[in-house]
Amino acid sequence: MAILDVRNLTVDFNLDDGGTLRAVDDSSFTIERGEVMGLVGESGSGKSVTALAIMRLLDSQADITAGQILFDGEDLAAKSEAEMRAIRGRRISMVFQEPMTSLNPAYTVGDQVSEVFRAHFDMGFGESKQRAIEMFERVKIPQPKDTYGKFPHEFSGGMRQRVMIAIALACGPDLLIADEPTTALDVTIQAQVLSVIQDLQRDMGLALLFISHDLEVVAQLCDKVAVMYGARIMEVSESTELFSSPRHPYTDGLLRSIPRRGQPLTPIAGTIFDLRSPPDGCRFHPRCPYAEDRCRREMPELRVVEPVAASTDPGSSGDSGGTGDRRQAACHFPLTGAGAKA
Amino acid sequence: MLIRYSIRRLLETIPTLFIISVIVFSLVLLIPGDRVLVMLGYSGGDIADVISPEVYAAMEIRLGVHDPIPVQYWRWLSRALQGDLGTSALHSIPVIDIILGRLPATLYLAFASIFFGALLAIPLGVAAAVRQGTWVDRLANGIVLFGLVTPGFWVALMLVLLFGVYLGWLPTIGYTAPQDDFVQFVKHLTLPTIVLGLDFAANLIRFIRTDFLEQMREDYVRTARAKGLSERLVIWKHIFKNSMLATVTVLGFDISRLLGGSTVIETLFAYPGISFLLIQSIFNRDFATVQGVVLFLAMIVIFMNYLADILYALLNPRIRYE
Repeated sequence: MAILDVRNLTVDFNLDDGGTLRAVDDSSFTIERGEVMGLVGESGSGKSVTALAIMRLLDSQADITAGQILFDGEDLAAKSEAEMRAIRGRRISMVFQEPMTSLNPAYTVGDQVSEVFRAHFDMGFGESKQRAIEMFERVKIPQPKDTYGKFPHEFSGGMRQRVMIAIALACGPDLLIADEPTTALDVTIQAQVLSVIQDLQRDMGLALLFISHDLEVVAQLCDKVAVMYGARIMEVSESTELFSSPRHPYTDGLLRSIPRRGQPLTPIAGTIFDLRSPPDGCRFHPRCPYAEDRCRREMPELRVVEPVAASTDPGSSGDSGGTGDRRQAACHFPLTGAGAKA
Repeated sequence: MLIRYSIRRLLETIPTLFIISVIVFSLVLLIPGDRVLVMLGYSGGDIADVISPEVYAAMEIRLGVHDPIPVQYWRWLSRALQGDLGTSALHSIPVIDIILGRLPATLYLAFASIFFGALLAIPLGVAAAVRQGTWVDRLANGIVLFGLVTPGFWVALMLVLLFGVYLGWLPTIGYTAPQDDFVQFVKHLTLPTIVLGLDFAANLIRFIRTDFLEQMREDYVRTARAKGLSERLVIWKHIFKNSMLATVTVLGFDISRLLGGSTVIETLFAYPGISFLLIQSIFNRDFATVQGVVLFLAMIVIFMNYLADILYALLNPRIRYE
């Protein structure tokens, strides 16, 4: 059984002017135990809202209006606040994008790590302090003992993000949600923090939901990738297959937007639509080079797509029988290979 | 680090103290007429009848009116630094003794008001922010509005009418020292405390509520929730300490105002504190006392601001390194 099974998740925001905005629309995906799944998409595509919905930490303006979030078989969407508190930080943890503001400036980093132990286990100050120092070692913070009594402002962004990781992994959760954990960091620091996450993920057998708009990082880190566009999931695939042969035109466009040496940049034409007035039919059709009449009328469901013909992908056809079933795309006319229709 | 910061901040108050001492010293110079007579409390009539030549000569020597002004200032300052603020013309005892005699009454009232105000304002301000838009919020807003729009003397008069005149529960004027009769002490303290405390609370509630609402949107609050902490810990540990940072600054100002005593309220309740002393001394043309009280009050304000800065540094670890 998958550790996380999100089914038809829908999140609506009640706007101040009385209208509503659908930030996550009928989204489904699963994460197996110990699996790393990437969730990619542009800003505003619904990645962070999906993460916060799983944590049940949405703003008071936002509601989960449909769907289930099955975590280890139990629906988080139906849990009470008290039940969620026992899960947050203990079984599901989250690392946020902004290391500079995510820690409380008024308390030492040591206290902010050790209080997680005190919140979830029957543990005193002495023992929780010991455990916190161990966590600092695990996230490779130099001089873990001295670190305990220091305040967040005494650390760089990279070190603060390590503290955040220490907080998140303190209680040995089953699932870690990392929402753009390295976006705010310098490139060299990014690599260090990523390797800390990757090492601990393997050591602890964590399931990881890695949210990013950085496709390179996702390709390197993730087993599986879900691509979001305009509140909907467009494609779900094994990571290697996604990058070698995208099946959804949006994924294809995303991959072509990555700057590559010697190749012209091909940005996706047009801009993302206003979430308050989504287009009819496929959300991507106004920007899709392959859109046909049906795309403008009918919303494509996320469904399993046929494996690409052996001739376009000879290497993986043999051993990908199982994984091929998991390739899903929300497109009436999925691409049949890299640039097949181009 | 904190000790060094405290010392540095203390040294920084010296220029302020200097300027204040110059102003207080100049007050008497600015009063028209013969300064010697002014300091002797002369208020009309035949001078020869009220003031003997010996007394006049003694004050002339004490003030040294014939010396250059800077010399006079220096003499006055060095006496003041040693606690010699002159002698009250009215009571013929040292001004410092009068001030110290009146100080406890003002301090009791100030601390009682702060305590009452904080006890009312902190839970109400926090609850108003956390339960924004509910009845608690409206109640808090009501108190704020009431405190801001009603003048203290009016509230005082209404309370005197209700509890003093109609119900007869509480005395309306005067003061009893706690060591003499504790019950009477509390009774005398009650009405002025309510008036000053409400005023203090109104300011505080408004401040805490606004700041709390701001803090609640901060990322660190989301982190605290993501840890699975109880709402009690999120509010009273994580948000509260950060919110107090801003509040302490306001508190320092308000507390120094209260410690100086409220002239209107002390006068209204004939409550023998420092402010009442100031008013009485002005009416009695007891300028040595006026000078002493003004200097004393200014020092309290400076000291309280200093204390607020130190408290701020204690709460906010970032400040010590700046």
